[in-house]
Amino acid sequence: MNNIVVYCEIEDGQVAEVSLELLTKGRKLANEIDRKLEAVVIGHNLNGIEEQVFPYGVDVLHVADNSRLYPFLTLPHTEILVNLFQKEKPDVALFGATSVGRDLAPRIASSLKCGLTADCTSLIFGDHTENKTKKEYKNLLYQIRPAFGGNIIATIINPETRPQMATVREGVMKKEVFNTSHKGEIKHIKVDTILRDEHMAVEILERHIEKQKVNIKNSQIIISGGYGVGSKENFDLLFELAELLGGEVGASRAAVDAGFVDHARQVGQTGVTVRPKLYIACGISGAVQHTAGMNESSKIISINNDPKAPINQIADFNITGNVEDIIPKMIKFYKKNIK
Amino acid sequence: MSFKIVVLAKQVPDTRNVGKDAMKADGTVNRGALPAIFNPEDLQALEQALMVKDQVEDAEIIILTMGPPRAVEIIREALYRGATSGYLITDRKFAGSDTLATSYTLALAVKKIQPHLVIAGRQAIDGDTAQVGPQIAQKLGIPQVTYTEQILDVNLDELKIRRRLERGVEVVKCKTPLLITVHSSAAECRPRNAKLLMKYKHARSVSELQEESKDYTEMMTNKPYLRLEEWSVADLGADEEALGLSGSPTKVKKIENVVLAKKESVNLTTEDKDIDYLMKELIDSHVIG
Ligand SMILES: Cc1cc2nc3c(=O)[nH]c(=O)nc-3n(C[C@H](O)[C@H](O)[C@H](O)COP(=O)(O)OP(=O)(O)OC[C@H]3O[C@@H](n4cnc5c(N)ncnc54)[C@H](O)[C@@H]3O)c2cc1C
Repeated sequence: MNNIVVYCEIEDGQVAEVSLELLTKGRKLANEIDRKLEAVVIGHNLNGIEEQVFPYGVDVLHVADNSRLYPFLTLPHTEILVNLFQKEKPDVALFGATSVGRDLAPRIASSLKCGLTADCTSLIFGDHTENKTKKEYKNLLYQIRPAFGGNIIATIINPETRPQMATVREGVMKKEVFNTSHKGEIKHIKVDTILRDEHMAVEILERHIEKQKVNIKNSQIIISGGYGVGSKENFDLLFELAELLGGEVGASRAAVDAGFVDHARQVGQTGVTVRPKLYIACGISGAVQHTAGMNESSKIISINNDPKAPINQIADFNITGNVEDIIPKMIKFYKKNIK
Repeated sequence: MSFKIVVLAKQVPDTRNVGKDAMKADGTVNRGALPAIFNPEDLQALEQALMVKDQVEDAEIIILTMGPPRAVEIIREALYRGATSGYLITDRKFAGSDTLATSYTLALAVKKIQPHLVIAGRQAIDGDTAQVGPQIAQKLGIPQVTYTEQILDVNLDELKIRRRLERGVEVVKCKTPLLITVHSSAAECRPRNAKLLMKYKHARSVSELQEESKDYTEMMTNKPYLRLEEWSVADLGADEEALGLSGSPTKVKKIENVVLAKKESVNLTTEDKDIDYLMKELIDSHVIG
């Protein structure tokens, strides 16, 4: 009753990264208001799945295991969650802002007539007094997200409806094991009493899901290039430096749009959020949509030929000059002094 | 029986071109300075509908757009490209609707038309939520196929669709009635057609006709397709409690403008000694090395 629940996505028997990140957040939120953390896993052949989620502090794990539930299909997953939420009445329900979560969560919100906020970048509890009625609310979930193309940050609340639903992108929250020996309770959902043939309206004929290729998110050093890098060839310099330092190459959207690198490397509001210990921004102006995805990096270096580039305001070191002149010097120094 | 397709389209401020004058001196957004455009993925949704119309005999494309009176521009834009007709859903009582209240309203409008297929863009660039499509499908009690990249096959009873997911693709089939949302990787919309532009350039909404100084009475009688109907709360038989602010469970508590927190930073030049200093700093503090 009135707990925090996280929908855990499954791909190939693995709980998705974003779901583990949400469990970490969910555990903290649950502690704050003294509630339990619940997780829901829907799929097939889920024996032992609890081992993946209990270490994140899950108190109750709801499992729906049936051959018709994997791969993900909108209607059966919606039906099971709507049923569960009607019974358990969670206070907060969190979903990954992924192709699955963004497909599923709105249907549930529509069915339960409750509020849903997409792509939150921060979730905290706070109080609220309604202006007109002076009615007071304790511990509402503040759902904080950029809006209007990233030009403003909005705090959204749902005073009256439950659950308070939100989606969060992968990489936005931090993943952290709560306790390796933590054990929760498993509850099995009776799938057959819920699913009907009409829920199987969509049939998957083919499916090609790639394992995540590049994953810059987990890299501690990111050399990121923007439009100012100028060409695919100049990006090779960034790759060379990244390899030398044991890092990955990231990019701004302008660089991705220009075809210099793959979208998988895009950092920012519509790319991945990263927080490495070193972020080198090369020829990146520092639009808010970009900085939203990297401003929590421990150290930021900006290489830009414009000393007034906005990114310089959040950087620890600014080098004013051309990317193509500076990177080779960094490579040279490193090669000479290390090994 | 004709194959009825509803396309849901929204007029949005062009947030992708937030230029210098779009932000006021106090850092708030100056909406007036942003041009209003056809939401890009909705335009791609229209293209999917047009491609179905090219393939299926006797298909009809009906545009639904919800917004202030000037949003009728969206319907004209769609007519110029090959849509059959359109309705503007407009009423002050809709103001302040969040995605749930919006989906309630649009679902009522779709029910009036009873289409085989509803096509929407994945998301609108002013909100980026991608919620309205699925929320409508749930209210209509029909299946959905989100992130459509291409309709591979279509007939009155069934569609075969390729979906673009974050890490791959999926091909699915589904019976009609069905709602699909269209991904940005789908085909771009065809340009306006010169003949259709001539045909529809005088198309006017009921509100526009009231404001026009020119007398359109005769033209509207001779060419009834130029009259663009508006639907109000009453026309949809909507429950006022489920609309606007009262029908919206989400409330905006606070809006902040994005300001970058300034850091104390070290400024360096391209000179070797500066670069060497920086690299040494990073190695000494174990950031690299
Ligand atoms: C809804 C929305 C979502 C978005 N999402 C993202 C996102 O996720 N990620 C993202 O990055 N952007 C995103 N954007 C785009 C963002 O607004 C900017 O347009 C983009 O980040 C700019 O990229 P840039 O800094 O590489 O290019 P520019 O702004 O063109 O900057 C290039 C910089 O390079 C410098 N430069 C030029 N030549 C050189 C040289 N030889 N050496 C050194 N410096 C040089 C210039 O001084 C300039 O500062 C989004 C926009 C919208 C509207």
